Amino acid sequence: MRLINMHPGRGGRVLLAALPFVILGIAYLIGSALRLAENPGDKLLPSLDAMGRMIEVMAFTPDRRTGDYLLWTDTAASLLRLWSGLAIATVIALVLGLLNGVLPVARAMLGPFIAFLSMVPPLALLPVLFIVLGLGEVSKIALIVIGVAPILTRDLALTAIALPREQIVKAETLSASSWLVAWRVVLPQVMPRLIDSLRLQLGPAFLFLIAAEAISAEGGLGYRIFLVRRYLSMDIIFPYVLWITLLAVTMDLCLRLLRRRLYPWAEVRP
Amino acid sequence: MTALTIQGLWKEYGAQVVLENVNLTIAPRAFVALVGPSGCGKTTFLRMLLGQERATRGTIVMDGEPLPSEPGPDRGVVYQRYSVFPHMTALQNVMLGPELRAARLTGRLWGAARRKLADEAVALLAEVGLAGAEAKYPAQLSGGMQQRLALAQTLMMRPKLLLLDEPFGALDPGIRTEIHTLMRRLWHEHAMTVVMVTHDMREAFALATRIIAFDRPRNRPEERERYGATITNDIAIWPPRVAGRQTIYDADIDPVQDDLNRFAITAGTTRPTEGSLP
Repeated sequence: MRLINMHPGRGGRVLLAALPFVILGIAYLIGSALRLAENPGDKLLPSLDAMGRMIEVMAFTPDRRTGDYLLWTDTAASLLRLWSGLAIATVIALVLGLLNGVLPVARAMLGPFIAFLSMVPPLALLPVLFIVLGLGEVSKIALIVIGVAPILTRDLALTAIALPREQIVKAETLSASSWLVAWRVVLPQVMPRLIDSLRLQLGPAFLFLIAAEAISAEGGLGYRIFLVRRYLSMDIIFPYVLWITLLAVTMDLCLRLLRRRLYPWAEVRP
Repeated sequence: MTALTIQGLWKEYGAQVVLENVNLTIAPRAFVALVGPSGCGKTTFLRMLLGQERATRGTIVMDGEPLPSEPGPDRGVVYQRYSVFPHMTALQNVMLGPELRAARLTGRLWGAARRKLADEAVALLAEVGLAGAEAKYPAQLSGGMQQRLALAQTLMMRPKLLLLDEPFGALDPGIRTEIHTLMRRLWHEHAMTVVMVTHDMREAFALATRIIAFDRPRNRPEERERYGATITNDIAIWPPRVAGRQTIYDADIDPVQDDLNRFAITAGTTRPTEGSLP
Protein backbone atom coordinates (compact mmCIF):
# COMPACT_ATOMS: atom_id res chain seq x y z
CA MET A 1 0.00 0.00 0.00
CA ARG A 2 1.20 3.48 -0.78
CA LEU A 3 2.13 5.68 2.14
CA ILE A 4 -0.32 8.37 1.04
CA ASN A 5 -3.20 5.93 1.48
CA MET A 6 -2.36 4.87 5.00
CA HIS A 7 -4.64 6.49 7.57
CA PRO A 8 -4.02 5.99 11.29
CA GLY A 9 -6.94 4.71 13.37
CA ARG A 10 -8.22 6.41 16.49
CA GLY A 11 -5.71 4.79 18.82
CA GLY A 12 -2.94 5.21 16.29
CA ARG A 13 -3.64 8.93 16.04
CA VAL A 14 -3.42 9.43 19.79
CA LEU A 15 -0.20 7.44 19.90
CA LEU A 16 1.34 9.36 17.00
CA ALA A 17 0.27 12.68 18.51
CA ALA A 18 1.84 11.78 21.86
CA LEU A 19 5.10 10.58 20.35
CA PRO A 20 6.87 13.95 19.79
CA PHE A 21 5.90 15.08 23.30
CA VAL A 22 7.29 11.88 24.83
CA ILE A 23 10.50 12.18 22.82
CA LEU A 24 10.96 15.79 23.89
CA GLY A 25 10.38 14.85 27.56
CA ILE A 26 12.77 11.95 27.47
CA ALA A 27 15.43 13.99 25.68
CA TYR A 28 15.12 16.65 28.37
CA LEU A 29 15.32 14.14 31.21
CA ILE A 30 18.43 12.47 29.75
CA GLY A 31 20.11 15.82 29.09
CA SER A 32 19.29 17.06 32.55
CA ALA A 33 20.49 13.85 34.24
CA LEU A 34 23.77 13.92 32.32
CA ARG A 35 24.52 17.56 33.19
CA LEU A 36 23.54 17.12 36.84
CA ALA A 37 25.71 14.00 37.15
CA GLU A 38 28.68 16.08 36.01
CA ASN A 39 27.86 19.13 38.12
CA PRO A 40 25.13 18.92 40.80
CA GLY A 41 24.99 22.74 40.89
CA ASP A 42 24.13 23.01 37.16
CA LYS A 43 21.35 25.53 36.52
CA LEU A 44 20.81 25.12 32.80
CA LEU A 45 18.68 21.98 32.69
CA PRO A 46 17.18 21.61 36.19
CA SER A 47 15.66 18.31 37.30
CA LEU A 48 11.92 17.81 37.49
CA ASP A 49 12.21 17.88 41.30
CA ALA A 50 13.85 21.28 41.25
CA MET A 51 11.17 22.62 38.90
CA GLY A 52 8.44 21.08 41.04
CA ARG A 53 9.84 22.87 44.10
CA MET A 54 9.90 26.19 42.28
CA ILE A 55 6.34 25.68 41.04
CA GLU A 56 5.39 25.09 44.68
CA VAL A 57 7.11 28.33 45.65
CA MET A 58 5.73 30.43 42.79
CA ALA A 59 2.19 29.10 42.67
CA PHE A 60 1.26 27.89 46.12
CA THR A 61 3.38 29.87 48.61
CA PRO A 62 2.65 33.52 49.38
CA ASP A 63 5.49 35.85 48.52
CA ARG A 64 7.46 36.90 51.60
CA ARG A 65 7.42 40.55 50.71
CA THR A 66 3.95 41.15 49.30
CA GLY A 67 2.00 38.07 50.38
CA ASP A 68 0.86 37.45 46.78
CA TYR A 69 0.91 34.11 45.02
CA LEU A 70 3.25 35.23 42.28
CA LEU A 71 2.29 32.89 39.44
CA TRP A 72 -1.36 33.81 39.75
CA THR A 73 -0.86 37.56 40.09
CA ASP A 74 1.53 37.42 37.12
CA THR A 75 -0.99 35.46 35.10
CA ALA A 76 -3.82 37.83 35.99
CA ALA A 77 -1.76 40.88 35.06
CA SER A 78 -0.62 39.41 31.77
CA LEU A 79 -4.00 38.05 30.71
CA LEU A 80 -5.67 41.37 31.47
CA ARG A 81 -3.21 43.12 29.16
CA LEU A 82 -3.43 40.44 26.49
CA TRP A 83 -7.21 40.25 26.47
CA SER A 84 -7.67 44.02 26.52
CA GLY A 85 -5.30 44.30 23.59
CA LEU A 86 -6.98 41.53 21.63
CA ALA A 87 -10.47 42.83 22.37
CA ILE A 88 -9.62 46.36 21.22
CA ALA A 89 -7.85 44.98 18.14
CA THR A 90 -10.88 42.84 17.28
CA VAL A 91 -13.28 45.77 17.54
CA ILE A 92 -11.03 47.91 15.37
CA ALA A 93 -10.69 45.09 12.84
CA LEU A 94 -14.46 44.57 12.73
CA VAL A 95 -15.23 48.23 12.09
CA LEU A 96 -12.40 49.03 9.68
CA GLY A 97 -12.37 45.62 8.01
CA LEU A 98 -16.10 45.71 7.29
CA LEU A 99 -15.95 49.30 6.04
CA ASN A 100 -13.05 48.32 3.85
CA GLY A 101 -14.65 45.16 2.60
CA VAL A 102 -18.15 46.48 1.94
CA LEU A 103 -17.77 50.07 0.77
CA PRO A 104 -15.60 50.74 -2.29
CA VAL A 105 -15.21 54.37 -1.23
CA ALA A 106 -13.86 53.37 2.19
CA ARG A 107 -11.59 50.82 0.54
CA ALA A 108 -10.14 53.45 -1.77
CA MET A 109 -9.39 55.66 1.21
CA LEU A 110 -8.37 53.19 3.93
CA GLY A 111 -6.95 50.25 1.99
CA PRO A 112 -3.50 51.61 1.15
CA PHE A 113 -3.22 53.31 4.55
CA ILE A 114 -3.95 50.12 6.49
CA ALA A 115 -1.64 48.13 4.22
CA PHE A 116 1.07 50.69 5.03
CA LEU A 117 0.39 50.62 8.78
CA SER A 118 0.46 46.84 8.88
CA MET A 119 4.06 46.91 7.64
CA VAL A 120 5.32 49.14 10.48
CA PRO A 121 7.32 46.85 12.80
CA PRO A 122 5.43 47.20 16.10
CA LEU A 123 8.43 46.46 18.33
CA ALA A 124 10.30 49.34 16.76
CA LEU A 125 7.50 51.60 17.99
CA LEU A 126 7.77 50.32 21.57
CA PRO A 127 10.16 53.06 22.76
CA VAL A 128 7.84 55.66 21.26
CA LEU A 129 4.86 54.09 23.05
CA PHE A 130 6.70 54.08 26.38
CA ILE A 131 7.68 57.72 25.98
CA VAL A 132 4.28 58.93 24.78
CA LEU A 133 1.94 56.74 26.80
CA GLY A 134 4.08 56.19 29.88
CA LEU A 135 5.27 52.96 31.42
CA GLY A 136 1.85 51.82 32.68
CA GLU A 137 -0.66 49.40 31.22
CA VAL A 138 -1.71 51.63 28.31
CA SER A 139 1.55 51.36 26.41
CA LYS A 140 1.64 47.55 26.69
CA ILE A 141 -1.96 47.18 25.52
CA ALA A 142 -1.28 49.67 22.74
CA LEU A 143 1.64 47.59 21.51
CA ILE A 144 -0.58 44.50 21.22
CA VAL A 145 -3.26 46.51 19.42
CA ILE A 146 -0.77 48.03 16.99
CA GLY A 147 0.74 44.64 16.33
CA VAL A 148 -2.47 42.66 15.86
CA ALA A 149 -5.18 45.02 14.59
CA PRO A 150 -3.80 45.82 11.10
CA ILE A 151 -3.41 42.15 10.23
CA LEU A 152 -6.86 41.25 11.56
CA THR A 153 -8.31 44.19 9.65
CA ARG A 154 -6.70 43.26 6.36
CA ASP A 155 -7.66 39.63 6.73
CA LEU A 156 -11.26 40.57 7.48
CA ALA A 157 -11.40 42.95 4.52
CA LEU A 158 -9.94 40.32 2.19
CA THR A 159 -12.50 37.77 3.38
CA ALA A 160 -15.32 40.26 2.86
CA ILE A 161 -14.10 41.18 -0.63
CA ALA A 162 -13.80 37.50 -1.53
CA LEU A 163 -17.52 36.93 -0.95
CA PRO A 164 -19.20 36.30 -4.30
CA ARG A 165 -20.49 39.52 -5.84
CA GLU A 166 -23.69 37.60 -6.62
CA GLN A 167 -24.51 37.44 -2.92
CA ILE A 168 -24.32 41.19 -2.52
CA VAL A 169 -26.50 41.81 -5.59
CA LYS A 170 -28.90 39.13 -4.40
CA ALA A 171 -29.22 40.91 -1.05
CA GLU A 172 -29.94 44.15 -2.88
CA THR A 173 -32.78 42.48 -4.78
CA LEU A 174 -34.09 41.43 -1.36
CA SER A 175 -34.29 45.16 -0.51
CA ALA A 176 -31.17 45.33 1.66
CA SER A 177 -29.54 48.72 2.27
CA SER A 178 -25.76 49.07 2.46
CA TRP A 179 -26.01 48.74 6.21
CA LEU A 180 -28.18 45.62 6.03
CA VAL A 181 -25.83 44.01 3.51
CA ALA A 182 -22.98 44.54 5.96
CA TRP A 183 -25.00 43.50 9.01
CA ARG A 184 -26.86 40.43 7.78
CA VAL A 185 -24.86 39.18 4.81
CA VAL A 186 -21.20 40.11 5.18
CA LEU A 187 -20.66 40.24 8.95
CA PRO A 188 -21.95 36.75 9.79
CA GLN A 189 -19.92 35.28 6.95
CA VAL A 190 -16.63 36.89 7.98
CA MET A 191 -17.00 36.06 11.70
CA PRO A 192 -15.69 32.46 11.45
CA ARG A 193 -12.65 33.73 9.59
CA LEU A 194 -12.16 36.49 12.16
CA ILE A 195 -12.08 33.89 14.93
CA ASP A 196 -9.55 31.79 13.00
CA SER A 197 -7.50 34.87 12.32
CA LEU A 198 -7.58 35.73 16.02
CA ARG A 199 -6.34 32.23 16.82
CA LEU A 200 -3.40 32.72 14.50
CA GLN A 201 -2.64 36.08 16.12
CA LEU A 202 -2.43 34.64 19.65
CA GLY A 203 1.25 33.88 19.11
CA PRO A 204 2.22 37.39 17.95
CA ALA A 205 0.04 38.88 20.72
CA PHE A 206 1.98 36.97 23.37
CA LEU A 207 5.22 38.02 21.71
CA PHE A 208 4.31 41.70 21.97
CA LEU A 209 3.06 41.25 25.53
CA ILE A 210 6.24 39.60 26.75
CA ALA A 211 8.45 42.05 24.91
CA ALA A 212 6.67 44.97 26.55
CA GLU A 213 6.71 43.34 29.99
CA ALA A 214 10.38 42.46 29.66
CA ILE A 215 11.30 46.10 29.27
CA SER A 216 9.11 47.70 31.88
CA ALA A 217 6.52 46.25 34.21
CA GLU A 218 5.80 45.57 37.86
CA GLY A 219 4.38 42.13 37.29
CA GLY A 220 3.38 39.71 34.58
CA LEU A 221 4.58 36.47 33.09
CA GLY A 222 7.14 38.11 30.80
CA TYR A 223 8.31 40.39 33.57
CA ARG A 224 8.96 37.41 35.87
CA ILE A 225 10.88 35.47 33.23
CA PHE A 226 13.15 38.39 32.49
CA LEU A 227 13.56 39.11 36.22
CA VAL A 228 14.73 35.63 37.20
CA ARG A 229 16.87 35.40 34.07
CA ARG A 230 19.45 37.38 36.06
CA TYR A 231 19.84 34.44 38.43
CA LEU A 232 19.83 31.82 35.64
CA SER A 233 16.70 30.41 37.27
CA MET A 234 15.77 27.95 34.57
CA ASP A 235 13.72 26.10 37.18
CA ILE A 236 11.32 29.07 37.11
CA ILE A 237 11.66 30.02 33.47
CA PHE A 238 10.81 26.58 32.08
CA PRO A 239 7.56 26.18 34.08
CA TYR A 240 6.60 29.75 33.13
CA VAL A 241 7.17 29.12 29.46
CA LEU A 242 5.19 25.90 29.68
CA TRP A 243 2.39 27.75 31.47
CA ILE A 244 2.26 30.50 28.86
CA THR A 245 2.11 27.86 26.15
CA LEU A 246 -0.70 26.06 27.94
CA LEU A 247 -2.63 29.33 28.29
CA ALA A 248 -2.27 30.01 24.57
CA VAL A 249 -3.27 26.47 23.63
CA THR A 250 -6.35 26.72 25.87
CA MET A 251 -7.38 30.03 24.33
CA ASP A 252 -6.93 28.59 20.87
CA LEU A 253 -9.12 25.64 21.78
CA CYS A 254 -11.80 27.86 23.32
CA LEU A 255 -11.91 30.03 20.20
CA ARG A 256 -12.25 26.93 18.05
CA LEU A 257 -15.15 25.68 20.15
CA LEU A 258 -16.74 29.14 20.10
CA ARG A 259 -16.56 29.16 16.32
CA ARG A 260 -18.12 25.73 16.10
CA ARG A 261 -20.89 26.71 18.52
CA LEU A 262 -21.73 30.10 17.02
CA TYR A 263 -21.28 29.31 13.32
CA PRO A 264 -22.26 25.69 12.73
CA TRP A 265 -22.86 26.39 9.03
CA ALA A 266 -19.14 27.08 8.57
CA GLU A 267 -18.39 23.48 9.55
CA VAL A 268 -20.86 21.99 7.06
CA ARG A 269 -19.07 20.68 4.01
CA PRO A 270 -21.07 19.88 0.89
CA MET B 1 -47.89 43.61 -15.20
CA THR B 2 -44.44 44.49 -16.29
CA ALA B 3 -43.44 45.54 -19.77
CA LEU B 4 -39.88 46.31 -20.73
CA THR B 5 -38.74 48.57 -23.55
CA ILE B 6 -35.09 48.57 -24.48
CA GLN B 7 -33.93 51.11 -27.01
CA GLY B 8 -30.56 51.61 -28.68
CA LEU B 9 -28.66 49.82 -25.95
CA TRP B 10 -24.85 49.72 -26.16
CA LYS B 11 -22.37 48.30 -23.72
CA GLU B 12 -18.66 48.94 -24.03
CA TYR B 13 -15.76 48.05 -21.76
CA GLY B 14 -13.11 50.55 -22.75
CA ALA B 15 -12.45 49.97 -26.45
CA GLN B 16 -14.24 46.62 -26.47
CA VAL B 17 -17.82 46.74 -27.68
CA VAL B 18 -19.83 43.96 -26.07
CA LEU B 19 -23.37 44.79 -27.14
CA GLU B 20 -24.45 47.13 -29.87
CA ASN B 21 -27.76 48.61 -30.80
CA VAL B 22 -30.05 46.26 -28.91
CA ASN B 23 -33.72 47.11 -29.37
CA LEU B 24 -36.31 44.96 -27.69
CA THR B 25 -39.82 45.20 -26.32
CA ILE B 26 -40.90 42.58 -23.83
CA ALA B 27 -44.59 42.13 -23.20
CA PRO B 28 -46.03 41.81 -19.70
CA ARG B 29 -45.96 38.25 -18.36
CA ALA B 30 -43.66 37.07 -21.13
CA PHE B 31 -41.08 34.37 -20.53
CA VAL B 32 -38.09 35.38 -22.64
CA ALA B 33 -35.14 33.06 -23.15
CA LEU B 34 -31.84 34.66 -24.16
CA VAL B 35 -29.62 32.30 -26.09
CA GLY B 36 -26.37 32.63 -27.97
CA PRO B 37 -22.75 31.52 -28.00
CA SER B 38 -20.51 32.04 -24.98
CA GLY B 39 -19.23 35.56 -24.58
CA CYS B 40 -21.89 37.17 -26.75
CA GLY B 41 -23.09 39.43 -23.97
CA LYS B 42 -26.34 37.79 -22.94
CA THR B 43 -25.30 37.72 -19.29
CA THR B 44 -24.12 41.33 -19.60
CA PHE B 45 -27.56 42.19 -20.96
CA LEU B 46 -29.23 40.42 -18.05
CA ARG B 47 -26.98 42.28 -15.59
CA MET B 48 -28.07 45.56 -17.12
CA LEU B 49 -31.72 44.61 -16.64
CA LEU B 50 -30.79 43.79 -13.04
CA GLY B 51 -29.02 47.11 -12.51
CA GLN B 52 -25.75 45.40 -11.68
CA GLU B 53 -24.17 47.06 -14.72
CA ARG B 54 -24.94 50.28 -16.51
CA ALA B 55 -25.51 50.68 -20.21
CA THR B 56 -22.96 52.83 -22.06
CA ARG B 57 -25.72 54.20 -24.24
CA GLY B 58 -29.44 53.61 -24.65
CA THR B 59 -32.40 53.30 -22.35
CA ILE B 60 -34.23 50.57 -20.51
CA VAL B 61 -37.77 51.47 -19.53
CA MET B 62 -39.83 49.33 -17.19
CA ASP B 63 -43.54 50.13 -16.91
CA GLY B 64 -42.93 53.61 -18.30
CA GLU B 65 -40.16 54.45 -15.83
CA PRO B 66 -36.43 54.39 -16.58
CA LEU B 67 -34.85 51.41 -14.85
CA PRO B 68 -33.21 52.32 -11.50
CA SER B 69 -29.43 52.22 -11.75
CA GLU B 70 -28.97 49.71 -8.94
CA PRO B 71 -30.58 46.37 -8.08
CA GLY B 72 -33.82 46.55 -6.14
CA PRO B 73 -36.67 44.40 -4.86
CA ASP B 74 -38.78 44.88 -8.01
CA ARG B 75 -36.35 42.63 -9.91
CA GLY B 76 -35.51 39.22 -8.51
CA VAL B 77 -32.54 37.17 -9.62
CA VAL B 78 -31.41 33.54 -9.51
CA TYR B 79 -27.83 32.78 -10.54
CA GLN B 80 -26.31 29.45 -11.42
CA ARG B 81 -24.33 29.56 -8.17
CA TYR B 82 -24.13 31.68 -5.01
CA SER B 83 -27.82 32.55 -5.12
CA VAL B 84 -28.54 31.58 -1.52
CA PHE B 85 -26.75 32.57 1.63
CA PRO B 86 -24.63 29.74 3.06
CA HIS B 87 -24.86 31.04 6.63
CA MET B 88 -28.66 30.80 6.83
CA THR B 89 -30.95 27.80 6.94
CA ALA B 90 -33.44 27.28 4.13
CA LEU B 91 -36.17 28.91 6.18
CA GLN B 92 -33.99 31.87 7.15
CA ASN B 93 -33.00 32.30 3.51
CA VAL B 94 -36.63 32.52 2.42
CA MET B 95 -37.58 34.84 5.27
CA LEU B 96 -34.66 37.19 4.66
CA GLY B 97 -36.22 39.42 2.00
CA PRO B 98 -39.37 40.43 3.88
CA GLU B 99 -37.32 40.77 7.07
CA LEU B 100 -34.91 43.19 5.41
CA ARG B 101 -37.81 45.13 3.93
CA ALA B 102 -39.66 45.45 7.24
CA ALA B 103 -36.81 46.02 9.70
CA ARG B 104 -34.50 48.59 8.16
CA LEU B 105 -32.16 48.74 11.18
CA THR B 106 -31.89 45.24 12.61
CA GLY B 107 -32.93 43.28 9.54
CA ARG B 108 -34.83 40.89 11.81
CA LEU B 109 -38.46 40.42 12.77
CA TRP B 110 -39.69 39.18 16.15
CA GLY B 111 -42.86 37.89 17.75
CA ALA B 112 -46.12 37.68 15.85
CA ALA B 113 -44.76 39.29 12.68
CA ARG B 114 -41.98 36.71 12.60
CA ARG B 115 -44.37 33.80 13.12
CA LYS B 116 -46.64 35.03 10.35
CA LEU B 117 -43.69 35.39 7.99
CA ALA B 118 -42.36 31.97 8.96
CA ASP B 119 -45.73 30.38 8.11
CA GLU B 120 -45.67 32.08 4.72
CA ALA B 121 -42.10 30.94 4.12
CA VAL B 122 -42.87 27.35 5.11
CA ALA B 123 -45.80 27.33 2.68
CA LEU B 124 -43.64 28.65 -0.15
CA LEU B 125 -40.89 26.13 0.61
CA ALA B 126 -43.49 23.39 0.38
CA GLU B 127 -44.70 24.84 -2.92
CA VAL B 128 -41.22 24.53 -4.47
CA GLY B 129 -40.84 21.01 -3.08
CA LEU B 130 -38.64 21.70 -0.08
CA ALA B 131 -41.02 20.68 2.71
CA GLY B 132 -38.97 19.20 5.54
CA ALA B 133 -35.74 20.93 4.56
CA GLU B 134 -36.50 24.14 6.48
CA ALA B 135 -33.69 23.71 9.03
CA LYS B 136 -31.01 22.64 6.57
CA TYR B 137 -28.13 24.82 5.45
CA PRO B 138 -27.67 25.23 1.67
CA ALA B 139 -24.47 23.16 1.77
CA GLN B 140 -26.59 20.26 3.00
CA LEU B 141 -28.94 20.53 0.00
CA SER B 142 -28.36 19.13 -3.48
CA GLY B 143 -27.80 21.46 -6.43
CA GLY B 144 -31.41 21.18 -7.57
CA MET B 145 -32.74 21.84 -4.10
CA GLN B 146 -30.49 24.89 -3.76
CA GLN B 147 -31.98 26.34 -6.95
CA ARG B 148 -35.50 25.62 -5.70
CA LEU B 149 -34.55 27.44 -2.52
CA ALA B 150 -33.19 30.35 -4.54
CA LEU B 151 -36.47 30.56 -6.47
CA ALA B 152 -38.50 30.54 -3.26
CA GLN B 153 -36.27 33.20 -1.71
CA THR B 154 -36.77 35.43 -4.72
CA LEU B 155 -40.52 34.85 -5.01
CA MET B 156 -41.06 35.98 -1.40
CA MET B 157 -40.43 39.52 -2.63
CA ARG B 158 -43.10 39.16 -5.38
CA PRO B 159 -40.76 40.63 -8.03
CA LYS B 160 -42.31 42.14 -11.13
CA LEU B 161 -39.39 40.90 -13.18
CA LEU B 162 -37.56 37.64 -12.52
CA LEU B 163 -34.09 37.34 -14.02
CA LEU B 164 -32.51 33.91 -14.35
CA ASP B 165 -28.83 33.53 -15.23
CA GLU B 166 -28.38 29.94 -16.40
CA PRO B 167 -30.14 28.83 -13.25
CA PHE B 168 -30.38 25.15 -14.14
CA GLY B 169 -27.16 24.83 -16.13
CA ALA B 170 -25.31 22.87 -13.48
CA LEU B 171 -28.06 20.32 -12.82
CA ASP B 172 -28.40 16.71 -13.99
CA PRO B 173 -30.86 16.21 -16.88
CA GLY B 174 -33.43 14.40 -14.72
CA ILE B 175 -33.33 17.03 -12.01
CA ARG B 176 -33.49 19.70 -14.67
CA THR B 177 -36.71 18.32 -16.11
CA GLU B 178 -38.28 18.32 -12.68
CA ILE B 179 -37.27 21.88 -12.00
CA HIS B 180 -38.57 22.95 -15.44
CA THR B 181 -41.97 21.67 -14.40
CA LEU B 182 -41.71 23.74 -11.24
CA MET B 183 -40.49 26.79 -13.15
CA ARG B 184 -43.40 26.60 -15.58
CA ARG B 185 -45.86 26.33 -12.73
CA LEU B 186 -44.32 29.27 -10.87
CA TRP B 187 -44.47 31.41 -13.99
CA HIS B 188 -48.14 30.51 -14.45
CA GLU B 189 -49.03 31.28 -10.85
CA HIS B 190 -46.97 34.34 -9.98
CA ALA B 191 -47.63 37.62 -11.75
CA MET B 192 -44.16 38.22 -13.13
CA THR B 193 -42.26 38.63 -16.36
CA VAL B 194 -39.31 36.26 -16.70
CA VAL B 195 -36.05 36.76 -18.59
CA MET B 196 -33.74 33.75 -18.61
CA VAL B 197 -30.23 33.31 -19.98
CA THR B 198 -29.55 29.74 -21.04
CA HIS B 199 -27.15 27.63 -23.08
CA ASP B 200 -29.64 24.86 -23.47
CA MET B 201 -31.90 25.20 -26.52
CA ARG B 202 -34.22 22.46 -25.28
CA GLU B 203 -34.65 24.38 -22.07
CA ALA B 204 -35.37 27.57 -24.00
CA PHE B 205 -38.04 25.88 -26.09
CA ALA B 206 -39.49 24.02 -23.11
CA LEU B 207 -40.09 27.11 -21.01
CA ALA B 208 -40.16 30.32 -22.97
CA THR B 209 -42.83 32.23 -24.83
CA ARG B 210 -40.21 33.89 -26.94
CA ILE B 211 -36.57 33.18 -27.73
CA ILE B 212 -34.08 35.97 -28.38
CA ALA B 213 -30.76 34.96 -29.93
CA PHE B 214 -27.69 37.16 -29.49
CA ASP B 215 -24.74 36.88 -31.84
CA ARG B 216 -21.96 38.92 -33.40
CA PRO B 217 -22.79 39.78 -36.98
CA ARG B 218 -19.11 40.57 -37.55
CA ASN B 219 -16.88 37.95 -36.07
CA ARG B 220 -13.56 38.15 -37.89
CA PRO B 221 -10.66 38.33 -35.39
CA GLU B 222 -9.75 41.90 -36.34
CA GLU B 223 -13.39 42.97 -35.97
CA ARG B 224 -14.12 41.33 -32.63
CA GLU B 225 -13.00 44.30 -30.53
CA ARG B 226 -14.96 47.02 -32.28
CA TYR B 227 -18.20 45.26 -33.12
CA GLY B 228 -20.43 43.84 -30.44
CA ALA B 229 -23.21 41.31 -30.41
CA THR B 230 -26.78 42.20 -31.11
CA ILE B 231 -30.12 40.47 -31.49
CA THR B 232 -29.97 38.20 -34.55
CA ASN B 233 -33.10 36.12 -34.08
CA ASP B 234 -36.40 36.69 -32.38
CA ILE B 235 -38.53 33.58 -32.31
CA ALA B 236 -42.04 33.46 -30.92
CA ILE B 237 -42.96 29.99 -29.68
CA TRP B 238 -45.91 28.48 -31.50
CA PRO B 239 -48.48 27.49 -30.40
CA PRO B 240 -48.16 30.43 -28.03
CA ARG B 241 -47.79 29.86 -24.33
CA VAL B 242 -49.91 32.18 -22.22
CA ALA B 243 -49.18 32.77 -18.58
CA GLY B 244 -51.84 31.21 -16.37
CA ARG B 245 -53.10 28.86 -19.08
CA GLN B 246 -51.95 25.34 -19.63
CA THR B 247 -51.40 24.25 -23.22
CA ILE B 248 -51.56 20.59 -24.07
CA TYR B 249 -47.92 20.34 -25.10
CA ASP B 250 -46.83 21.77 -21.76
CA ALA B 251 -48.78 19.17 -19.83
CA ASP B 252 -46.39 17.61 -17.40
CA ILE B 253 -46.23 14.10 -18.67
CA ASP B 254 -45.22 11.20 -16.52
CA PRO B 255 -41.65 10.15 -17.29
CA VAL B 256 -42.78 6.59 -18.16
CA GLN B 257 -44.07 7.72 -21.53
CA ASP B 258 -44.15 4.33 -23.26
CA ASP B 259 -46.83 3.02 -20.97
CA LEU B 260 -50.03 4.42 -22.44
CA ASN B 261 -52.00 3.45 -19.37
CA ARG B 262 -49.85 5.79 -17.35
CA PHE B 263 -50.35 8.69 -19.74
CA ALA B 264 -51.75 11.46 -17.64
CA ILE B 265 -51.89 15.17 -17.30
CA THR B 266 -50.98 16.18 -13.81
CA ALA B 267 -53.17 18.67 -12.03
CA GLY B 268 -52.44 22.15 -13.31
CA THR B 269 -52.15 24.93 -10.86
CA THR B 270 -52.33 24.68 -7.11
CA ARG B 271 -54.05 28.00 -6.74
CA PRO B 272 -56.60 29.89 -8.85
CA THR B 273 -55.14 32.57 -11.07
CA GLU B 274 -56.55 35.44 -12.99
CA GLY B 275 -57.37 34.68 -16.54
CA SER B 276 -57.37 30.93 -16.17
CA LEU B 277 -59.58 28.97 -18.53
CA PRO B 278 -63.21 28.56 -17.53
